[in-house]
Amino acid sequence: MQPIAHFEIYSHQFLNSAGDLTLPLPPPFHSPRDLLKPYQHMLRIRAFDSKAVALQRTGQIGTFPSSEGEEASMAGIAFAMQAEDVFLPSYREHGVLFARGVSMEEVLLYWGGDERGSNYANARQDFPIAVPIATQVLHAVGVATAFKLKGEKKVAVTTCGDGGSSRADFNEGLNFAGVWQIPLVVVVVNNQWAISVPRSSQSKAATFAQKAIAAGMEGIQVDGNDLIAMTHVCRQAVDKARTGAGPTLIEAVTYRMAPHTTADDASRYRGQEEVNSAKALDPILRLKTFLMREKVWSLDEEEAFKQKLQEEVNEAAKAYQAMSPQPIESIFDYLYAKLPRALEEQKAQAVERSEL
Amino acid sequence: MTMITIVEAVNRALAYELEADPSVVLLGEDIGVNGGVFRATDGLQAQFGKTRVIDTPLAEIAISGVSVGLATQGLKPVSEIQFMGFIYATMEQLISHAARMRNRTRGRLTCPMVVRAPYGAGIHAPEHHSESTEALFVHIPGLKVVIPSTPRRTYGLLLAAIRDPDPVIFLEPERIYRLIKQDVEEDGVALPLEKCFIEREGSDLTLISWGASMHEARQAVASLEAKGVGVDLIDVATLSPLDSETILASVEKTGRCLIVHEAPKTGGMGAEIAARICEKALLSLKAPVKRVTGYDIIVPLYKLEKHYLPSVKVILQAAQEILEFA
Repeated sequence: MQPIAHFEIYSHQFLNSAGDLTLPLPPPFHSPRDLLKPYQHMLRIRAFDSKAVALQRTGQIGTFPSSEGEEASMAGIAFAMQAEDVFLPSYREHGVLFARGVSMEEVLLYWGGDERGSNYANARQDFPIAVPIATQVLHAVGVATAFKLKGEKKVAVTTCGDGGSSRADFNEGLNFAGVWQIPLVVVVVNNQWAISVPRSSQSKAATFAQKAIAAGMEGIQVDGNDLIAMTHVCRQAVDKARTGAGPTLIEAVTYRMAPHTTADDASRYRGQEEVNSAKALDPILRLKTFLMREKVWSLDEEEAFKQKLQEEVNEAAKAYQAMSPQPIESIFDYLYAKLPRALEEQKAQAVERSEL
Repeated sequence: MTMITIVEAVNRALAYELEADPSVVLLGEDIGVNGGVFRATDGLQAQFGKTRVIDTPLAEIAISGVSVGLATQGLKPVSEIQFMGFIYATMEQLISHAARMRNRTRGRLTCPMVVRAPYGAGIHAPEHHSESTEALFVHIPGLKVVIPSTPRRTYGLLLAAIRDPDPVIFLEPERIYRLIKQDVEEDGVALPLEKCFIEREGSDLTLISWGASMHEARQAVASLEAKGVGVDLIDVATLSPLDSETILASVEKTGRCLIVHEAPKTGGMGAEIAARICEKALLSLKAPVKRVTGYDIIVPLYKLEKHYLPSVKVILQAAQEILEFA
């Protein structure tokens, strides 16, 4: 008897929770100043989340999933991708979509119950968010396979949660990706909670990254609250995929600071102490500490920028609120390329009944 | 023109479209070297290569989910689910994604894809290989559901399904895969997906069926015609969207209607057709609409499956009751 398979999973961190850079700044960053853009993007995501939650609380949008605490993982993914790549999000990654050109107004429109919110004016090739869990992993496998079949140098990047890793779609997707060696990056955003089910009840595996090993692909764990590590590892995986060297699974270890959605009461299943200790790992705080220490960012700049963000989210909310609803006919108009004759009667009825 | 069977017509339509449209890709279990368990894709991998005819790992959810991804990138995936009894794993991908992608993105991303699956009982197959659950898919807005019943219709409708800009579930009647031969001109001409086919015309009775049950329906019609009863025999072919106009026009003419399908009765497509006749043609009816269908039971294993399937005798008995009613 002898061992016939071995694996090791590496965990990457460059910026620790105290904001100290423990290793040299890795590519794609050359100087601390390069971190300003992703940092500002993280602030933008947080400003949006807080506005969206307020809009939900005042009945202006429906249920909304805040991404508070996961900003570094989203910015890292976004800044690792090229414009022509395809991003396939779960429902909590609007922060990636913003960086890809999707507007705040569109995201509000979607959560405000209007399909036009998924008809992105920019990033036309990116997928709408997937509410069913991990189903998008298989779409990403299909997209990446199409790139390979067509000889296009593009990459499909998708995300799911720690809960999503338990589903068949995730596991079948990794298996296909391994066999077909396609240009795919799957990021498990391990935010420790699948609604009320903690990470410890989701999987006995020591890491989610190692789920890649059984599929014959590379698996990497990253401190998902470290923007530097997140961007670096994602960029390496995206570049690797683009050169045809195969798929990668990345586990981004982070923390869902907010409840699952605005409809969830997290106090039923987790204590405030846990949330408080997670706040010490806040991805924004640690990067801010570093940037200020490096003197590329100041409190004044922070205040001015946050002021600007407030205006930006307020403008987005106003633009969203000013949108008139779609015409009633629209509920039939996008079902098929051409409305079947069989549905013409129902469409006429819908209009008629709306006038009753 | 060559005399070919239904399963050969599937093969010929796939070959034609693989040749004509470089965006068409086939994927499924055992469809490559093995040519599919029913040989529907026989020789296609050898002819078109491993990047056009792709053997997948054994995972139906993935086959359907990957098809969604491929379809959004301008490819036209035609997947094979080995038997309808194994299609249930694909339901979430088909219902929550393939059927909805166009609508939820207001047309920005679309899913032109075909899912092929052999369906139905009567071939002495093992358990889970005899399902006829087409109504499950008919219930899903955004999908189209097609079931051919002759080699010519198989060829023309499969071409139409592949060329359709929306997802199509294409169910193949495995019981009659090799039972009927027809001259099929391999001209690449598609048949319309929104029309029922009127196979025989007559003024006394409308007999409606689809798929494998058309085989018994045809025999019943021959026997009725021999006795001087004129029958409109309608092959529904495209179950969704349903061509009510052809059905209603026939029932308005004959005043009598018999629906035959091998799927279970309750919630079956026969119920929908009967309801539409009640809504739109009740006053034309001379007798109540009748249904001869499978029972609302699990399809028996093969020793008793013939007692499950609608037989010619039972169809004739039901026709007789309708004709005697008025």
